[in-house]
Amino acid sequence: MIPLAWYLYLSAALFSIGVFGVLARRNAIAILLGIELMLNAVNVNLVAFWRYGDPTVMSGQVFAVIVFAVAAAEVAVGLSLVYSIYRRRRTVIADELDLMKW
Amino acid sequence: MEASQIIFILSAILILSSAVLVTTSKNLVHAALWLISTLFGVAILYVLLDAGFLAVVQVVVYIGAIAIMFIFAVMLTRRELLDTSEQINKSWPMAAGVAALLMVALGALLAKWDGLFKLPAPMAEGVDPIQSLGIALTSPDLFVLPFEVASVLLLAALLGAVYVAMDKK
Amino acid sequence: MFWADPINTIYKSWMTGLTSLGLSGSLAQVLLYLLGIILIISGAMVLDIMLVWVERKVVARFQGRLGPNRVGPFGLFQPFPDIIKLIIKEDTTPKGADKFVFNLAPILSLASVIFLWAIIPLAHNIYGVDLNVALLYLVAAGALGTLSVIMAGWSSNNKYALLGAFRQVAAMISFEVPMIVALLIPVIFTGSLSMNTISSFQADNYWLVLVSPLGALLFLIAAIAELGRSPFDLNEGESEIVSGYHIEYSGMKFGLFYAGELLHAFTFGGFVSILFFGGWDGPFAEQFPILGVFYFLIKAMIGYWVIMWIKYTVPRIRIDHMLMFNWKFLTPVAFALLIVTAVVHPLLIGLNNWVYVASMFLINVILGWVIVEFLRSKSKKERAAAETVSVSAAHSHS
Repeated sequence: MIPLAWYLYLSAALFSIGVFGVLARRNAIAILLGIELMLNAVNVNLVAFWRYGDPTVMSGQVFAVIVFAVAAAEVAVGLSLVYSIYRRRRTVIADELDLMKW
Repeated sequence: MEASQIIFILSAILILSSAVLVTTSKNLVHAALWLISTLFGVAILYVLLDAGFLAVVQVVVYIGAIAIMFIFAVMLTRRELLDTSEQINKSWPMAAGVAALLMVALGALLAKWDGLFKLPAPMAEGVDPIQSLGIALTSPDLFVLPFEVASVLLLAALLGAVYVAMDKK
Repeated sequence: MFWADPINTIYKSWMTGLTSLGLSGSLAQVLLYLLGIILIISGAMVLDIMLVWVERKVVARFQGRLGPNRVGPFGLFQPFPDIIKLIIKEDTTPKGADKFVFNLAPILSLASVIFLWAIIPLAHNIYGVDLNVALLYLVAAGALGTLSVIMAGWSSNNKYALLGAFRQVAAMISFEVPMIVALLIPVIFTGSLSMNTISSFQADNYWLVLVSPLGALLFLIAAIAELGRSPFDLNEGESEIVSGYHIEYSGMKFGLFYAGELLHAFTFGGFVSILFFGGWDGPFAEQFPILGVFYFLIKAMIGYWVIMWIKYTVPRIRIDHMLMFNWKFLTPVAFALLIVTAVVHPLLIGLNNWVYVASMFLINVILGWVIVEFLRSKSKKERAAAETVSVSAAHSHS
């Protein structure tokens, strides 16, 4: 039997690694990779609470399915934005996208 | 040590090591491939949590679509075939500090909770999990509204992505 | 009792043998499951060797020649010289290629096909595992195959390989949409995603091809595109981009890709037969499961033959035509079929069996006829527009 603590600590660790990925990478696509890690950590948390709570109430799994859909939509739009910026400015380094600075 | 505990520990090692490699790989395509390994480990966790449908949907949606989108985006936005520029920020020690602080804070929050070491109740017999998920997603007094709104969101994302990335000639 | 339930009989007798030797119950169970997995994989790979011979003979007969006929009677042992040739070839890795990913890609490609053999019901009690999400598992294994294609294309450090891989992956993920919709049609009729339930339903009632022939055709077309077989084989366009993402692979690595493609085609022939043609259904298949295996293999071979027939008859389709065919024709047709089936099925289910089957078949025929009429009117309009353009051009020239 696996205690709930193991799942929660694992998802907390995965979330922290995702935060590190978002804050420490230069490439915009690598930042999106970190966001994906965070979304997966959240999903693991949701499904673990669904299982260890009341498995007959499907709210946990439904929430996880909606998170799947939102993650897919966000990745699609984010990557198309990155690609469109690349076409214009030939760079995807987040530091160099500073057109609005003065 | 039961079999499920061994599988959990192995998949946890897979997930965490792949996640660290995602965030520290110099080669972005390698980072995307390590993301695929992480997503596969999370799918194994879903199977351990008796959510088989979510495990297969994770493989189909995340690995089969999102990871491939990442690989395509990485390949389309490189200047030459092998990109060797520096990939880590100047301020990565602060980022590592923030991540560590977050982990410590979450750990402390969890340790205070008394329901932490619960063991799972056995699943109800005779209940078809896919059928109950289907009913939950389409029943008017359950979750049909978020389901429909999610499909509208996907339509908006589809149109937005196509329009933003289109070559306007 | 052995003939009625072979797997369980062997399992029970070996379990008692192993536990009497002193092994614990769970360890013996794990060992027996491992043995079962090795058995299924070995069976699939032996079948794959036979398929090399079948493929070469059939393509030869389609092209009006004899095919291999020197090595053994009717050239039956031809795959073995093929395998020996591939093994003793030099195993090259291009300079600048990503070694780990380059070597992993053919393994993942073959593995994604062997994963599918876990859910195939060879008889009503001979199967690997009875997943209750087996149809989604089918799509997931296809997604892994897509991944292996892009890994192969990128790690070859070769522009043509990358180009071939991009086109192939674009085709594969586009055709997943009508394939999933076509997979939903047996789900509507049987109410379950599990292959075993679908096979049992067809054994008890009627074959699903009778109530949805258009669905079977749709699944076949989408499956052929998923496999990367002709007429959708942009990857192997020998006259176009010199075998696409296979370029840099030599020796047994190419052998793994090739064997994986043949086994994948046979497996999808098997899936068409399970989902629409009854799978292991046949006379006396319930009492003697071995007969069920036999029927399944025959039906899968017929499905594979149809896939080969299409491959060696129809010319290749261009990539933009292929994607247009998918998004502007196949996907709307798939959704229309799904909506019509989902609406009509609960209305007619109360009727007598034969009336129900006949009316569903008729509805499919009507839908097919409507689609053909729509296409015909559209092509007539296009032809008229093209003719007026050419006539006006002729006038302006003269």
